[in-house]
Amino acid sequence: MATRLATTAATGGAAEDVPRKTLDSVVIRFAGDSGDGMQLTGTQFTQSTALMGNDLATFPDFPAEIRAPIGTTYGVSAFQINFASYDIMTPGDAPDVLVAMNPAALKVHLRDVPKGGTIILNADAFSARNVAKAGYDANPLEDGTLDNYVVIPIDIQKMTLAAVKGLGLSNKEAVRCKNMWALGLMCWMYDRDRQPTIDWLNQRFGARAPALAQANVAALNAGHAYGETAELPSGLGAYVVPKADVKPGVYRAVTGTEAIAWGLVTGARKAGLPLFLGSYPITPASALLHTLSNLKEYGVTTFQAEDEIAAVCSAIGASYAGAIGVTSSSGPGIALKTEAVGLAFAAELPLIVVNSQRGGPSTGLPTKTEQSDLFQAVYGRNADSPLPVVASRSAGDCFFAAVEAVRLAVTYMTPVMLLTDGYLANAAEPWEIPDADDIPEFKVALGTDPESVHAFKRDERTLARSWVIPGTPGLMHRIGGIEKSYETGHISYDPENHHRMTKVRAAKVDGIARDIPAQTVEAGPESGRLAVVGWGSTHGAISQAVRRANAAGLAVAHIHIRHIWPLPANLGGLLRGYDRVLVPEMNNGQLVKVLRAEYLVDAEGLNQISGLPFKVSDLEAAIRARGEVR
Amino acid sequence: MNVQTPVEQLRPADYASDQEVRWCPGCGDYAILKSVQRTMADLRIPPEQAVFISGIGCAARFPYYMATYGFHTIHGRAPAVATGVKLANPDLDVWVVMGDGDCLSIGGNHTLHALRRNVDLQMLLFNNEIYGLTKGQYSPTSRLGTRSPSTPQGSLDSPVNAAVFALGAGARFVARSVDTNQKHLPETLKRAHGHRGASFVEIVQNCIVYNDGAFSGWTDRAAVAEAQIAVMHGEKLIFGKDRGKGLRFAPGRLALDVVEIGRDGVTENDILVHDETDRTLAGLLGAMAHPEFPVAVGVLYCNPAETYDRAVHAQLAAVRDKTPAGGLNAMLRRGRTWTVAPG
Repeated sequence: MATRLATTAATGGAAEDVPRKTLDSVVIRFAGDSGDGMQLTGTQFTQSTALMGNDLATFPDFPAEIRAPIGTTYGVSAFQINFASYDIMTPGDAPDVLVAMNPAALKVHLRDVPKGGTIILNADAFSARNVAKAGYDANPLEDGTLDNYVVIPIDIQKMTLAAVKGLGLSNKEAVRCKNMWALGLMCWMYDRDRQPTIDWLNQRFGARAPALAQANVAALNAGHAYGETAELPSGLGAYVVPKADVKPGVYRAVTGTEAIAWGLVTGARKAGLPLFLGSYPITPASALLHTLSNLKEYGVTTFQAEDEIAAVCSAIGASYAGAIGVTSSSGPGIALKTEAVGLAFAAELPLIVVNSQRGGPSTGLPTKTEQSDLFQAVYGRNADSPLPVVASRSAGDCFFAAVEAVRLAVTYMTPVMLLTDGYLANAAEPWEIPDADDIPEFKVALGTDPESVHAFKRDERTLARSWVIPGTPGLMHRIGGIEKSYETGHISYDPENHHRMTKVRAAKVDGIARDIPAQTVEAGPESGRLAVVGWGSTHGAISQAVRRANAAGLAVAHIHIRHIWPLPANLGGLLRGYDRVLVPEMNNGQLVKVLRAEYLVDAEGLNQISGLPFKVSDLEAAIRARGEVR
Repeated sequence: MNVQTPVEQLRPADYASDQEVRWCPGCGDYAILKSVQRTMADLRIPPEQAVFISGIGCAARFPYYMATYGFHTIHGRAPAVATGVKLANPDLDVWVVMGDGDCLSIGGNHTLHALRRNVDLQMLLFNNEIYGLTKGQYSPTSRLGTRSPSTPQGSLDSPVNAAVFALGAGARFVARSVDTNQKHLPETLKRAHGHRGASFVEIVQNCIVYNDGAFSGWTDRAAVAEAQIAVMHGEKLIFGKDRGKGLRFAPGRLALDVVEIGRDGVTENDILVHDETDRTLAGLLGAMAHPEFPVAVGVLYCNPAETYDRAVHAQLAAVRDKTPAGGLNAMLRRGRTWTVAPG
């Protein structure tokens, strides 16, 4: 056994006589039961693919139930990866290859596979019982359902059991190795290196359960060996997807969650203050709490509070005491925090509120993505209480968006809403790691000199009040949610003062428009027939769709907005330069209404509220429909 | 974070801010304010090191009247804000001021968790058994049958006993005192301040407008001797005009009995000694209600444990010692990276 492991472990398109067909890009979807380890399989395939130098984008799609009843359609978990030899921006519209570990996975995902697509099936799982559980009347392998596809049924389970035999695993443990078998086969098919996965398995199980590590590696290698030796249907076989021609530099795979965590830490360093996160678990935002909890050595304090309200209040308390207070949640949790965000606004304290948006309303679709909290971010508070809102557009961009959110919060003494979403939070992409030294500092000058400063003195340029923290001698003061006198900061119910304070708070936030980059046109003409205006995670899909339309000779522009509030100062003029403005959003029309309200432009919405990202082809069709007709 | 400079002796008045106090004339809050200012002076607390954090309600105006740092937050959330302050800067001397609605109704959850986490805070509950600022509705501590604008026929829900709640939440320090007792209250506050961890002090406070005299049955000068028992660690639980009464365990039950010393063969030796580290006894004392029992004032329970803020910072330090942080670039390059070479 040891010898065999050693030889097959020599990986990465070793000396084999299979001729490999070259492909520019491939979309693979792994689908199985939520207990089948599909997310893990996808993540490992992603790591190998990133290390191979392909550009890639992923889309994990899983149910809210942790372990739904086995074999049911609502328990199906999937992971899609698109990788290519050129730069790509989305996880792909439709899978070229579907790996289905059971009938339910086939049932759920078959509709997305184009005719002629490849389907690799775990044939062992297609028992009469499982077929019925998935809601099929007859076995889809036998009744012609799959006639228009290239189907490769393999007894993955049996082969996995054979591969791990003798390693002392229980039947249940042995069966669970089948995802590694499938991964092994896909590694062979697309010439991926197995070594990163082997290293990872040894690291994960090595010391604790060496037999599990050995078994998973054996299954991985067996799947790979099967590819080398089995005679697959004609036209199918080994492929190679050459490296993408990407900019030289140091890269890593990154998810939006990791990027936000690192961005917040970086922002705090640039501000010269410690970072404090108060949070309460909620899907899909919890991962940020987990990630920051592992960055204690960078001066990060994390606090899992008793509820969403305590989470934001503790962050406000931390900011009051001189840290960068951050709270993180998803729409329903943000709703609970609203009153406290109003307090931070009124008391003029820095605060970062990260919203990993998910499908709503109410509990909605916790594990699916949506952009439907834009109104909540921009308008969702009692009274006149505008806040800066920053939206990240890709996993890697989450890093820079987080740094920017910290900068605005400390420069303007205000809460900042940082919008991401379930798709960005979970999806991975290769990221050219920036040099942190290139990011400008924005060191905070806390007020310390009683002669020249008091807590309610405003900076003439930013209109921000001074940040004086408890512990500072000679500058003791009281703050709170009650209206303050403009001059002294004491409680004031004076009518003129309230009018003045409301105006100055609004002017402070409006003034941020002068401190953010002017809106640029990402692709296409600076004025003309049609502009497609997006925000957030739809960037990749819109960008690709516009690129295709431009390539087809349509003069279409792509404008992507990062600063949702205040909007860039030049945006209104820019939009007025186009005959039509199309605003695709994964909601029922929110940014489109803001643009109409702010600029009186006749912007038109394109709305998809399915819990899934846009397909490039759908956007392209919408653009063509508008671009060609005058 | 900030170096404490020894303060020259400040007077209680030096802890008063320049703001005009705006409670109703005769409100018990004046007396509490005076006691707190006196306590601060006696303990020589540097004003810049002290932070008073409140929620919403009459009591919540307290920070404006202190010449320290103060944060008037939102209803019920003061313990949560204070937790963030203390975690961000454990050197600060953080006081939380809450009313009964604040502490036990809308903010009950935060009180529970600040207590069980044992965050090093002085948590003062001004309990007047009524909602004052919203004009007189019954509160979670109002007695059954309380008539108020929202309960014109009398309230129907049982009140919460603040001290028993705090003990149930896992508080390591629970005390009770009375607004107007200018000797007992400062002493109790000093004990609370000396205790590292969450120190819960229920201060019975008279609302002169909406619930006047709610406690007079046991707080009036004439009633104190018979209707109050001031508990002291290590001392016998004796009270009464001539120190003629005491508390002992009821024979055969886990309950307290009031007994007369010298009657039915009861001697001082039969009377319980207060042990403030005994949570069961604290619970029994805290639950005693007038008129069946004397109301217990003083430190019912004090049994210190590791504080949350210290534990958090110890863990941060331990991680830093084990894995010293590199620069930001090291953070961004943790894990697997690859290099794309030019050309």
